[in-house]
Amino acid sequence: MRSIRLKIFRGTSNSGEFKEYTLEVEEGMVVLDAIHRLQATQSPDLACRWNCKAGKCGSCSAEINGKPRLMCMTRLNDLPVNKTITIAPLQTFPIMKDLATDVSWNYQVNKKITPFTPKSNAEWHWEQKDIDRIQEFRKCIECFLCQDVCHVLRVHQKHSVYAGPRFFVRMAALEMHPIDSADRLPFLKTDAGLGYCNITKCCTQVCPESIAITDNAIIPLKERVVDRFYDPIFILFRKLFKKK
Amino acid sequence: MDAKYTTHEFDVLVIGAGGAGLRAAIEASANGLKVALVCKSLLGKAHTVMAEGGIAAALGTVDSRDTWQQHFADTMIGGNLANHWQMAQIHALEAPDRVRELEKWGAVFDRTTDGKGNINVRHFGGHTYKRLAHVGDRTGLELLRTLQDRGVHQGIEVFMECTVYSLLKKENRVVGAFGYFRETGSPVLFKAKSIVLATGGIGKLYRVSSNSWECTGDGFALGYLAGAELADMEYVQFHPTGMVWPPSVRGLLITEGVRGEGGVFRNNLGKRFMFDYIPPKYKDKYASTEEEANTWFQKVIVEGRKEETVKERKPPELMSRDVVARALWTEIEQGRGFEHGGIHLDIATRRSAEDIKKKLPSMYHQFKQLADVDITKVPMEVGPTCHYMMGGIKVDPETQGSTIDGLFAAGECSAGMHGSNRLGGNSLSDLLVFGRRAGLSAAEYSKKIKTFEQIDESELDQLNHEMNRPFENPKGENAYAILSDLQQVMEKGAGMYREEKGMMNCLKELDQIKKRLEKVSTEGNRMFNPGWHTALDLRNLLIVGEAITRAALIRRESRGAHTRIDFLNYSESFSKTRVIVKKSAQEMQVSSENLSQIPKDFEAELIAKNILNEVVLNQLRGKIAAH
Amino acid sequence: MSNNSLGATARRDLWWLEPAGTFAVLVLFIAYAAWVGLSGTHYEWGPYLSPFYSPLFKPTWWPFSPAILVLIVPLGFRTTCYFYRRVYYRAFFMDPPACAVGEARKHYEGETKLLVFQNFHRFFVYLAVVFLVFFVIDDIHAMMWPINGILPNGQMAPGPKTFGIGLGTIIMVLDLIFLSFYTFGCHFLRHLVGGSLDCFSCSKTKETRHGIWKIISKLNEHHMAWGWISLGWVTFTDLYIRLCSMGIIHDVRIF
Ligand SMILES: Cc1cc2nc3c(=O)[nH]c(=O)nc-3n(C[C@H](O)[C@H](O)[C@H](O)COP(=O)(O)OP(=O)(O)OC[C@H]3O[C@@H](n4cnc5c(N)ncnc54)[C@H](O)[C@@H]3O)c2cc1C
Ligand code: SF4
Ligand code: SF4
Ligand code: FES
Ligand code: FES
Repeated sequence: MRSIRLKIFRGTSNSGEFKEYTLEVEEGMVVLDAIHRLQATQSPDLACRWNCKAGKCGSCSAEINGKPRLMCMTRLNDLPVNKTITIAPLQTFPIMKDLATDVSWNYQVNKKITPFTPKSNAEWHWEQKDIDRIQEFRKCIECFLCQDVCHVLRVHQKHSVYAGPRFFVRMAALEMHPIDSADRLPFLKTDAGLGYCNITKCCTQVCPESIAITDNAIIPLKERVVDRFYDPIFILFRKLFKKK
Repeated sequence: MDAKYTTHEFDVLVIGAGGAGLRAAIEASANGLKVALVCKSLLGKAHTVMAEGGIAAALGTVDSRDTWQQHFADTMIGGNLANHWQMAQIHALEAPDRVRELEKWGAVFDRTTDGKGNINVRHFGGHTYKRLAHVGDRTGLELLRTLQDRGVHQGIEVFMECTVYSLLKKENRVVGAFGYFRETGSPVLFKAKSIVLATGGIGKLYRVSSNSWECTGDGFALGYLAGAELADMEYVQFHPTGMVWPPSVRGLLITEGVRGEGGVFRNNLGKRFMFDYIPPKYKDKYASTEEEANTWFQKVIVEGRKEETVKERKPPELMSRDVVARALWTEIEQGRGFEHGGIHLDIATRRSAEDIKKKLPSMYHQFKQLADVDITKVPMEVGPTCHYMMGGIKVDPETQGSTIDGLFAAGECSAGMHGSNRLGGNSLSDLLVFGRRAGLSAAEYSKKIKTFEQIDESELDQLNHEMNRPFENPKGENAYAILSDLQQVMEKGAGMYREEKGMMNCLKELDQIKKRLEKVSTEGNRMFNPGWHTALDLRNLLIVGEAITRAALIRRESRGAHTRIDFLNYSESFSKTRVIVKKSAQEMQVSSENLSQIPKDFEAELIAKNILNEVVLNQLRGKIAAH
Repeated sequence: MSNNSLGATARRDLWWLEPAGTFAVLVLFIAYAAWVGLSGTHYEWGPYLSPFYSPLFKPTWWPFSPAILVLIVPLGFRTTCYFYRRVYYRAFFMDPPACAVGEARKHYEGETKLLVFQNFHRFFVYLAVVFLVFFVIDDIHAMMWPINGILPNGQMAPGPKTFGIGLGTIIMVLDLIFLSFYTFGCHFLRHLVGGSLDCFSCSKTKETRHGIWKIISKLNEHHMAWGWISLGWVTFTDLYIRLCSMGIIHDVRIF
């Protein structure tokens, strides 16, 4: 047992402030345990999301000492516990209450993506090597930490013209599926605003599933977009041979 | 009019957005109906995402000997014949189609390495052959995400972070549901022609549990309060391998996949003790010596030989969960556990570090990040954890209809499929098979109903007032304290091992907790207030706790997950009954009814094919001694 | 609650260290490259040729340093490289300076408008691969030593040549290797050889392309490391040859 100090955002989108708490904690506790203990002992109406407490559902995203992380996978031991620990809600989305933010925008973006569309004559056989790439993308737990940290959304607020790394990952998984037949490249170039990403890789750095978002999803998509819309040689080639 | 409360009208209302709820909603909406899906957390976060090991279906892609009949038999034997045989049959028959359908909707299962490019399957406890389609150790995530993407593009309307507090009835028919949005706390009314309950499990009733906060038994309680019958409530599964340290992650699941990949248990004497715990029903199927088990391991897991070519039998670590959990519990009780009160599960000395990281990535990370333990170097310390509820709302095996008109149930909150013990991987397939059936039946039911019913506003006022009570009560006890006491009472009185005196005591204590709950108070207001949510959830947990205890009290035998210290054997008379719990005017009403039995000719056919074993059947039916 | 002015953050670590460090290193490199490129002297010694000046191309009508004619290729190559883009967007444009840290510029278009030329990285890649061939030739030259030795002014003495290796040869060969690792880990090449395919097992050619894709993917994982190493080493190679040529140090003949 020892005691730690926490500074937690309390309030709604209209008004709010950081409140300080002192709390007894034990060996091995994660930040989410500390929040739970606060709820049980001092502040039962402290709002925060969580489900699995095992880094599997992506509910408990927050900014701990300024870094976007999962509260259930951040051990107190790994933080400088002799100083006050700051816990804030995700900055990129509107605050609902305390640590819970309104992430509904993400669900709207997802709806716009053309879903999996298998080729009509597809054979449902493929090998592991065909899907290794997409399986990496499908590890995504929708914690939206990448969306939170991506400066295109976080700083420049381009929510209306940009889909964000989470959905580039999703579209990469669909585009690279061996038997998917839909074409999402025009959407990626225009509505999803792939060009706004300047590959600065913050999304990759925060991803709790260690998905190489930038290198494996975004850049390959950018290259596909270049093939289609920018590279004169490829465009000419396609015109000549009437390929897609 | 009910304009006082925000009102929505839907042909089919599905409560719960886990695998079962989503699958039901997809089916209902594919039938052209207006469907709403309500869930307590965000879409895609339901408990189903946590499922790791896989989804059981006799695809036969790896072991060609596998058939649906074998899957059926494994399910029945695993459930100690307490299953509703017809559900087990439908499940075994339809599971392969449901898995392949999932693939058509975009799921990306691991593939076989034989160049044929089929869905790969793996071993799991109690399954005779390799049978679990999987995606690494995140199968539930794959399943949920696939259904979610399918669902939202099909025009299902989703109400997230919305809790249903009560079902509404007209005579013996459900006509709607009343609840609140978690964010704002504002009440909401759903009028519906039919309702599917798919609210998942009850794990939060026990102190050590692998379940998420959502698992507060809401569906059981909603159904019960509306007058539906509950069945098999005594069967609560404890998974043998939960984490035991550090305290904050106690109960967190360690996938059975660890044993599937070769992991073994050892006690503090260094002994691999599972050989001492093989029950008669598994005597033919599991290795009797360490040497045999190791040869099997070497040939099948390390060299990857086809199992049909190997004459050795599987290691006993791969037996069904009830058996393994009891073995671990006994070892720990008798003082052969380790420092944090667990048993060692060792994969480090069995597989190379690379293999472990590749086959069990999330286990590796879970231990590394949460316990600072490198499982490629040292054993994990594990102990039993509350995992799954076999019992639930009693349903018709084909339509999933409850005893109330228009109310259907699927997934973990329904009863019958798993008997007294669920086999790993059988839940995910259960969600799909019966989720689909529930959605279909609900759609058909709704099509017959022409109009939405009027709902009496005073009834809603009453409910809303009830929900508000924690704010109005004078400052008293907070909900967390009550929850924590409730969990302890249940662990002590109706946990893994049960006896009459303990359970009687437990009922008394539950009664006291009920009284305390009436006075529970909450701070703040209705906006996103976890303290308030917990207070409301407690009502449901208490109902479920009482149902479990009362049902367990009645069943004077040990069967599967239900172990009575005072009645250790299978009983012939109890083997033919199932316990039913129902609401009555005063208190909970408990009774027994006949359990439908496998038809004689079907049974004979399976015995002739060597899929079922007559001796084992007789043991489980209490006709001959089994211990 | 959000404050997005430059450097605004709740982070407690030394987040500014990385952008500041890269800024310093890049500025130093650019200064050195500019100086070397403009100098037009001391780029050869014996059989060695500085990579900054390769391929050596000295048209009589060109009054300036020959490096200017060729440096444009590696410069363009690296400038449009995905890895360097990340580095200088962060360190120079502060877009963003570090993750979850506020930015100075309010107007942002990413790579949609002005920077859309980054999409032509691939043409520099083609040229860069050709340049690698020149480097191979340079390295072969660096193994051909005049029988009559090197003159005091660094020129090769006339007469037949024989095989030989000096310390500089090894440095130049390493430079080629590092550059190749960097170049062949290129994201565009990864896309070209296999990344653009959706199915790897669908035909024999695709299987082969998958094989190459896997190798490039391995290199690509360390693209950043090779980017830095090759940048450092190319500078060092030039410096070595320059110092030899200036007579400040003396090359060691190994074989
Ligand atoms: C760690 C772990 C691993 C597992 N691994 C496997 C495995 O490998 N294979 C396997 O087959 N099974 C596995 N299981 C079991 C399986 O995951 C669950 O039994 C299954 O997911 C239950 O699904 P469900 O659809 O019934 O409910 P859930 O997925 O629990 O969903 C319940 C839904 O109901 C909603 N809900 C609940 N109450 C209310 C209310 N009052 N109002 C509105 N909405 C409500 C919730 O918000 C949620 O959306 C595992 C379980 C755990 C805990
Ligand atoms: S790499 Fe692109 S998507 Fe990722 S954080 Fe940076 S700008 Fe955003
Ligand atoms: S890609 Fe990674 S960071 Fe982004 S939502 Fe998915 S899991 Fe989270
Ligand atoms: S609670 Fe599920 S990821 Fe943290
Ligand atoms: S991406 Fe760096 S060289 Fe092409």
